[in-house]
Amino acid sequence: MMNHVFIILIALGLIVGMFNALSDAMKADTLEQRLEILKTRGKNITDSVVNMAQTAVELCLDYIAMMALWLGIMKIADESGLVKSLVALIRPILVRLFPRVPADHPAMGAMLMNIAANMLGLDNAATPMGLKAMKELQTLNAEKETATNDMIMFLAINTSSVTLIPFTVFLWRANTGSVNPFAILVPTLIATSCSTIGGPAMAHFLGKFLGRTRDYYDEFKAGKDLSKLDDDKEEDQPVKL
Amino acid sequence: MMNRNRTKKYLFIFFFIITALFAWTVFAQDQAQAEKPKIPFNPFTSVMDLVSQWCIPLIIFGIAFYAYAMKKVKVYEAFVEGAKEGFNVAIRIIPYLVAILFIIGIFRAGGAEKIFIRMVKPITNLVGVPPSLLPLFFIRPLSGAGARAVMIDIFNHHGPDSLDGLIASCVQGSTETTFYVIAVYLGSIGVRRTRYAVPACLFGDLCGMIASVVICKFWPWPF
Repeated sequence: MMNHVFIILIALGLIVGMFNALSDAMKADTLEQRLEILKTRGKNITDSVVNMAQTAVELCLDYIAMMALWLGIMKIADESGLVKSLVALIRPILVRLFPRVPADHPAMGAMLMNIAANMLGLDNAATPMGLKAMKELQTLNAEKETATNDMIMFLAINTSSVTLIPFTVFLWRANTGSVNPFAILVPTLIATSCSTIGGPAMAHFLGKFLGRTRDYYDEFKAGKDLSKLDDDKEEDQPVKL
Repeated sequence: MMNRNRTKKYLFIFFFIITALFAWTVFAQDQAQAEKPKIPFNPFTSVMDLVSQWCIPLIIFGIAFYAYAMKKVKVYEAFVEGAKEGFNVAIRIIPYLVAILFIIGIFRAGGAEKIFIRMVKPITNLVGVPPSLLPLFFIRPLSGAGARAVMIDIFNHHGPDSLDGLIASCVQGSTETTFYVIAVYLGSIGVRRTRYAVPACLFGDLCGMIASVVICKFWPWPF
């Protein structure tokens, strides 16, 4: 996807640039002037490209300082068990959003940890937890190639950005000379709440509307071994060398 | 029980000191302002400004203090370890940032950006969104690094405290790289039929973007 976007954007930018340069050059009277305009236009684009690349690296050098500071602080928060206390806080709300995940299933724990880590902005800790949650949700799924309603609800919560403090945005604002980098804290919190309510609400209604897929909820409740259920149905797959 | 009591005592002392400090500063500032009244005083705006200016230092101190005094975390060692990670994260995003910013460079110098803005202006004027934000809206669900680069470009070009910059900050903070998350999470367990995952998640992003624009337009900014 990004490959297509990348090449199309470069081509588009260059073609428009050439076209602009040519149409401007046509307005000049003598051939010499026309060539001069064409030349400067090319140089402008080259300069701009080089400048932008330099800006990118310069900005990142500042970013190292800010990122080191913030992740250092967040590591302290991580080790002090902040994630776990947040889990206790959000558990009662989240359990209701996943009707087909038993409260004592390991998927619930992993999802809670992932969402709590996301709220604190601990991306590095959140992703492995999220992948573990998906793996656990898959054990409850009877149609292995189809996403269950609970998986989609989890994704909707995850992609609606539940971050309480968007610290990297603050840092970039501070870096580019904002008078008050943190002024956006409350507006962002309100906007985040809107997306965090909107996404899961949509997932909920679409889920109600489209019904749910087959799962192993009752089998888990009955205490059966879910991994054995999978083995019966799985077809023999050719071994890849 | 002993531990919990001590915890409460620490917390009480901590909050008492903070409150006292705030009360003192506000009082001191009031006297100073009485001499030269310049900006009309708006209680809501100034309280917001005060809170937002103090929130980061207080969060940093609060976390470190909580970890050190109550959880007996080796704060210094934990900090250094996290800072190392931060170094790597910052280095890792350089290639992505260069990739997006140099394309923006081509667009700007070649004049394609002006044409694009002229084209979308009638639509964005109708909705009330600054035209420079449209690229951010489109790239946000696709690429996190790309969206960050576009946001930084808006900060550099229009200023972080302009309406464009404020909306960009807000959008960046309230939405996610939806397609990437869906692809990674569902891909990791081999799910191919995503059903209504994409529309549901994109609807969340849309809510965040609309809310960002509306809130930023009507928010009483302190500058």
